[in-house]
Amino acid sequence: MDVATPFIEVANAIVEAGGKDLNLCYQCATCTGSCPWGYVEPLNIRQLIHLAQLGLEGYESEDLWKCTTCGTCKTRCPRGVGIIDLVRSIRMMIGETGLIPLTLRSALGSVRGDGNPWNGSRVERNRWAGPLQVPIFDKARTEYLLYGCCMASYDVRSRKIVEAAVRVLRAAGVTFGVMGQGEECCAESVRKIGEESLFERVAGSNIELFKAQGVEKIIVLSPHCYDAFKNDYPALGGKFQVVHIVEKIASLLLLDKLRLERPVKAKVTYHDPCYLGRHNNLFDPPRMILSKIPGLEFEEMYRARELSLCCGGGGGRMWMETKFGQRFSDLRIPEALAVGANVLATSCPYCVNMLQDSRLNLNKEEAIEVKDLTELVAESLV
Amino acid sequence: MASKIGVYVCHCGMNIAGTVDVPAVIEAAKAMPRVALSKEYKFACSDPGQEMIKQDIKAHGLDAIVVAACSPLMHEKTFRRAVEAAGLNPFLLSIANIREQGSWVTEDPAKATEKAKAIVAGAVFRAARQEPLEMRSVEIHRAALVVGGGIAGIQAALDLADSGIPTTLVERQPSIGGYMAMFDKTFPTLDCSACILTPKMTAVGQHENIKLMAYSEVESVSGFVGNFQVRIRRKAAYVDHTKCNGCGMCMEKCPYKAPSEFDQGLSQRRAIYVPFAQAVPNKPVIDPATCVRFKGKKCKTCIKFCEPGAIDFEQKDSVEEVTVGSIVVATGFQPMDAKKIPQLAYGRHPEVYTALEFERLNNAAGPTQGKILTKDGRVPQSVAILNCTGSRDTNYHEYCSRVCCMYALKYAHLIKEKLHEATVFDFYIDMRCFGKGYEEFYRRLQDEGVRFIRGKAAQVFGGKEYKAIANAAGFIDGLEDHQLVVQAEDSLLGKLIRVPVDMVVLTPAVEARADADEVGRKFLVSRGADGFFLEQHPKLAPVSTTNDGVYIAGACQGPKDIPDSVAQGSAAAGKALGLIARREVEVEGTTASVVDELCSGCKCCLTLCAYNAISFDADRHRSSINEVLCKGCGTCVASCPSSAIKAKHFTDEQIFAEIEGLMSM
Repeated sequence: MDVATPFIEVANAIVEAGGKDLNLCYQCATCTGSCPWGYVEPLNIRQLIHLAQLGLEGYESEDLWKCTTCGTCKTRCPRGVGIIDLVRSIRMMIGETGLIPLTLRSALGSVRGDGNPWNGSRVERNRWAGPLQVPIFDKARTEYLLYGCCMASYDVRSRKIVEAAVRVLRAAGVTFGVMGQGEECCAESVRKIGEESLFERVAGSNIELFKAQGVEKIIVLSPHCYDAFKNDYPALGGKFQVVHIVEKIASLLLLDKLRLERPVKAKVTYHDPCYLGRHNNLFDPPRMILSKIPGLEFEEMYRARELSLCCGGGGGRMWMETKFGQRFSDLRIPEALAVGANVLATSCPYCVNMLQDSRLNLNKEEAIEVKDLTELVAESLV
Repeated sequence: MASKIGVYVCHCGMNIAGTVDVPAVIEAAKAMPRVALSKEYKFACSDPGQEMIKQDIKAHGLDAIVVAACSPLMHEKTFRRAVEAAGLNPFLLSIANIREQGSWVTEDPAKATEKAKAIVAGAVFRAARQEPLEMRSVEIHRAALVVGGGIAGIQAALDLADSGIPTTLVERQPSIGGYMAMFDKTFPTLDCSACILTPKMTAVGQHENIKLMAYSEVESVSGFVGNFQVRIRRKAAYVDHTKCNGCGMCMEKCPYKAPSEFDQGLSQRRAIYVPFAQAVPNKPVIDPATCVRFKGKKCKTCIKFCEPGAIDFEQKDSVEEVTVGSIVVATGFQPMDAKKIPQLAYGRHPEVYTALEFERLNNAAGPTQGKILTKDGRVPQSVAILNCTGSRDTNYHEYCSRVCCMYALKYAHLIKEKLHEATVFDFYIDMRCFGKGYEEFYRRLQDEGVRFIRGKAAQVFGGKEYKAIANAAGFIDGLEDHQLVVQAEDSLLGKLIRVPVDMVVLTPAVEARADADEVGRKFLVSRGADGFFLEQHPKLAPVSTTNDGVYIAGACQGPKDIPDSVAQGSAAAGKALGLIARREVEVEGTTASVVDELCSGCKCCLTLCAYNAISFDADRHRSSINEVLCKGCGTCVASCPSSAIKAKHFTDEQIFAEIEGLMSM
């Protein structure tokens, strides 16, 4: 057995870096027992926290980078410990020593240089808007800024989601525009990686740009952008009315501004994205929307709503390689199939991407499709 | 107006002097108008401290006193007595609260000192304008009311009645007994719960000094300490209990059923029922939600079989009024709804039980005659007990429910006793076994082979669900569809563990009753942040409340086990009895009165008075206040549009003077 001597200065430094709840943890182990890594290769977050409480070596282990910030432990923690903030602050400390995994360094470099994590060129940003004739945001003519996420600009699959969103919003008479090339990544995941200064710089630049253009209302397609704009930007002076496309569609349906009349023949189940559900409590609107699509049959999976299983793409994991056998999304496809679904719907471009990959890797193309909720809504437009 | 004011600033050890510069306050006070002397003292409330004040009053002819110390709730009475002993009217004292409102809440010593000076100045300015008032005494009605017929209320009622006090015991349910009547055994002695409770229930039913009003609720309370008027609504039972001989034929023959509340829905009772066999009173009631006659149908079964002709569908709720000197509120708790924690699968999987369900399942008089069986009749080979279901959890209840560790051990024992082969797992965070004989019981259960797993159960899966979601790595050999999988980290091993079991028992938090707010308002008892009724002092007045003459006992004040509930029942009875034994009680002189010539007769004040102290003279078209009933709360004073009501000791002049004093520093 090892002998250890507590190094309280390290513990205090973690608290200073934003992990203010570190000392509240009473080691009940709810976090480890709730963590989705438990399904593949358990991550002992409880022990990580205790090591950090005593400033002992081990808190900075590779495990630290496994956390997808899905929020399952955080929402269940009986002591109300902001476990994600804790992970963030430990990562921040590690980041200062330069010990960040290689793939993350590349993504961060891309955000730093090109305003997106995908090593995409700046000129590609929002280029999708051209063919769709979506105008540049102009506060005199467009009510909303449509923020498509880096995904819409640099990922082919995600472009279909933004196309669907454009169709749906137009059908309901919503006026919107895009920001063009000046906008940058929302930097939500950058913050979760612990790169606080880069986050502040990128977010600050977005806030300045949005303010200069007179943006008041923003529609987002990604729950990650949603979380950043809604929960992180206000502290930096960016206070905008942010709605996720799912919220917007739900309210358009309630106001009878959108009619879904074309039947969609499918048996659908819904995967709650972490950042829409657990992080922002939007559990009901997606289900309400699905209930309004004619012809559609809906079945819940066991891990629904608060119990939802993370796709594995949050907290910077989107840019890291996850070994076969450790991908949460690989568990989600059979779970959806088990309830008899032939469409697995969700409302997050990260989730769509991860689940789509698993669908292909598991050779289930024939059995099930992965769709964004917005796409199903667009299909139901007459 | 007073012209020789004595100011005394208390150090309260370091409580005040640790933050406030007391000598500086003394100096400032000396310069305040009409201050004749200003002194400091380490503990002003001590005997020598009081003696100093008394002697100063006599020696210097002081005509008003300011004590700058703790809250008036703590020591106003102490200093009033001291002032009175020196021949001064006690209402010529003013307390400057520089502890709770000063040193304890102001970190910066300089600011705390400035604040203390201002508070003292306010008290000095006010003291100069205070007037002598008289205390009044009121006769105490020699009778008591106990609300709630659980073990705490039963104990309180018996203690009062045994002392010769006519006592009314009100219980909402058709029978007294509360939760204790549902339990099988009690920890750690393993006494049969019913066997020790039913003699007390019977004693209540037969006691010549107890008027038992079951199936009744307190509707309203008026009056004040010593003289409470309580209106009690007796719900229509649709059975004339004076005629009913309790033969039970009606219940045997009634064709309509509903889930038994007493058995937690695990069995059925009839539309006409007594909750359980040993009920007191042992007379049935008809539940109008289940009886088809209330839905316009013509069933006459119970009428036909009732020999004494006690069934009475014409019966209506009746309201009785009783006058009592003191009240014991013992309204108990409720278990938290375990469905609020979705990951524990309660309500989604039939083999996940709440503690109360398990109590009934294990009870010889319960739905399975005490056999521990799954819903489909199998004998469980393994059971998991999950501690801290919603307790010690900021998402639900931050406090510890205090009983769950112990009854979890009790369940483990009962399971091992009945099913020798069964494996019992207890998932815990910390075992809290603090009572007499509790730690010994824990050791005994370890000896009996219970498997203790240190780690809060994070998730419960149904066997079928689990198979659908687990990948190859999570495969559990031999797991059957009807089983459950409990997942937790064993924090002592640092390993994630999954335990397949046949049955899961949850330990839902003890929480304040859903209607605690309404009940609290009826009895003017306030509630703490945790929702439970608030005692007057957490250490020194645990069963008293801020409403004189109203006491609290049992789990309505906070989670409690049976011994603590019984102790509090007796304590509350003792306090109630002590009050009644005084025969009369002194009432504050700080009442309100109407200035006749200013009253316009608008009646605004009438409806606002919570104590029914204001009456209206229609002939003279004026309101008047009964000073015996008035508690001096000031509501009418503030509401009177003509400023015709004055509050003694809180006159406009006094309050403005206090403000002037506060602003002068």
